[in-house]
Amino acid sequence: MKLLTLNFLTCARKACKTSAASFPLHPREAELEQVELDMNPQFIRNVLPRVEWEAMRSISQELGLPSLPDTAPGPEELADAEGGPTQILKDLHTLLMETTIASGKLLCANCGHEYAIKEGIANFLLPSHLV
Amino acid sequence: MQRFLKSPFCIVRLDSAAAAKALLSRCILATGIYELLGHGDTYDALRDNVLSRSSRQLLQYKKLPFRFTLDCFQGTRSTKKQREIIESFGYLDLEGQISMKNAELDLWILEDYSLDTTKPKHSSEPKHLYLGRFLGSSGRKVVPVYDLKRRKYISTTSMDSELALVTANLALAVPGKLIYDPFTGTGSFPVACAHFGATVIGSDIDGRSIRGSKGRNVFSNFQQYGLEALYLDSFISDLTNTPLRKGRWLDGIVCDPPYGVREGLKVLGSPKPELQKEVRLKDGRIAHLQSDYIPPKRAYSFEAMLDDILDFAAAMLIDQGRLCMWMPTANDEDVELAIPAHPALEITSVCVQSFNKWSRRLLTYRRISDSDIDQTAVRRKREQINGATADELNSFRRKYFQGFKDAASSDDVGGQHNSG
Repeated sequence: MKLLTLNFLTCARKACKTSAASFPLHPREAELEQVELDMNPQFIRNVLPRVEWEAMRSISQELGLPSLPDTAPGPEELADAEGGPTQILKDLHTLLMETTIASGKLLCANCGHEYAIKEGIANFLLPSHLV
Repeated sequence: MQRFLKSPFCIVRLDSAAAAKALLSRCILATGIYELLGHGDTYDALRDNVLSRSSRQLLQYKKLPFRFTLDCFQGTRSTKKQREIIESFGYLDLEGQISMKNAELDLWILEDYSLDTTKPKHSSEPKHLYLGRFLGSSGRKVVPVYDLKRRKYISTTSMDSELALVTANLALAVPGKLIYDPFTGTGSFPVACAHFGATVIGSDIDGRSIRGSKGRNVFSNFQQYGLEALYLDSFISDLTNTPLRKGRWLDGIVCDPPYGVREGLKVLGSPKPELQKEVRLKDGRIAHLQSDYIPPKRAYSFEAMLDDILDFAAAMLIDQGRLCMWMPTANDEDVELAIPAHPALEITSVCVQSFNKWSRRLLTYRRISDSDIDQTAVRRKREQINGATADELNSFRRKYFQGFKDAASSDDVGGQHNSG
């Protein structure tokens, strides 16, 4: 699971949806992998405003990745004078699209439930007593 | 735009030749687009029309190397007759070289015979004629590239590649956008959206469908077509218990929710009392934490799911974002399903695909901005019609019109619809 996707996920339990603690989910026993992927500057520029930056920072920290600036880069920092990608854009691509959790768990800080990630695919199915 | 029933031709007005070419390059169902130089029911009428409307263009094209092609829809012409027809266009007064390979003026004579199936097959004369300058061919040539017969990983629920591409077009999939399929199965819709450059996420309640096996799974389909860079992620989830963070961050949602008796629409949960609390295995281990645990699921009303999808789309799509959803036109008791509605979603198109014994619709909705929502619109919840479910009500209606035939035969459910 790419770190960008993690930024769009909360606990699946309806009971947790109203709690701020259910987002972001916290990686546990996470095996990280860097997977090279062609950069898509247009996508990063489009999606960055939709990212919850504070959550991205805290997860980055939890995973021991280099620390991120306090606020998300603005659109002017994502393109150089010729409209090409800046180093900041390339770094965002590496962080959001190339850093993946191959296996591990995702913990909801509100209810303690853990979702398993296996071969990069997370399982959010709940037993019936938690639905 | 003018369309003629039963004719494959339609006349459209566009801003420029470049716009026409760009439009067709994305089209999956069209084959070509031509600058209309004239049309008519006979060659004489065609000539009069061409000379009256296109003399300015003909002057412009006068010296260009040119060629003619005669194309007949549901008709044929002998080689001799084809030559005669082409030669009859001398009135165009073209002075350029005839060039089959390097024509800059690519003229097409289109003959529409519009086959009438009540009459013998070959009507000798076309019903309508067009003279056009070829501007661009369509995106249709990618359909065989994505043909399911050539795809490494498919299942019985995989959407036909042509229809998946049409759906991606209606969802306005373009580079930079983020599109989600909550019933991704083997990834047919995400692949089609990625073909047009959108970044895609998929999920499904069936984990086996996503994981597949080594070298044959949703991700391997993206690898097969070189679309890995557009594959964001897939995960396993139930739409009615979604882990997706609520907010307006999706550009599009495309789906073909499961219906029909055999596939059986399921959601998480169980009515069994013993499953309403945490279950322990005989050795004390917690059942749901084991790696091979499969959570119980229960049947769910298809119509309720359609409403859930609309609620989800209204909550998650950005303004102008598109929801494209397939649904059958009738349920498994042959009772027509109403097109679902939501005050925040405006229908932009309804396309129908008819099979022998049933048909299905592709619905496209546009998420309108909050300021445009009619606050007084009352959303009719299907469960609230006269205190009974609409299904119950409809079954009753059907039995009523059938004259209350034998209970056993009227309870027989129709065959599984999820084919194609």
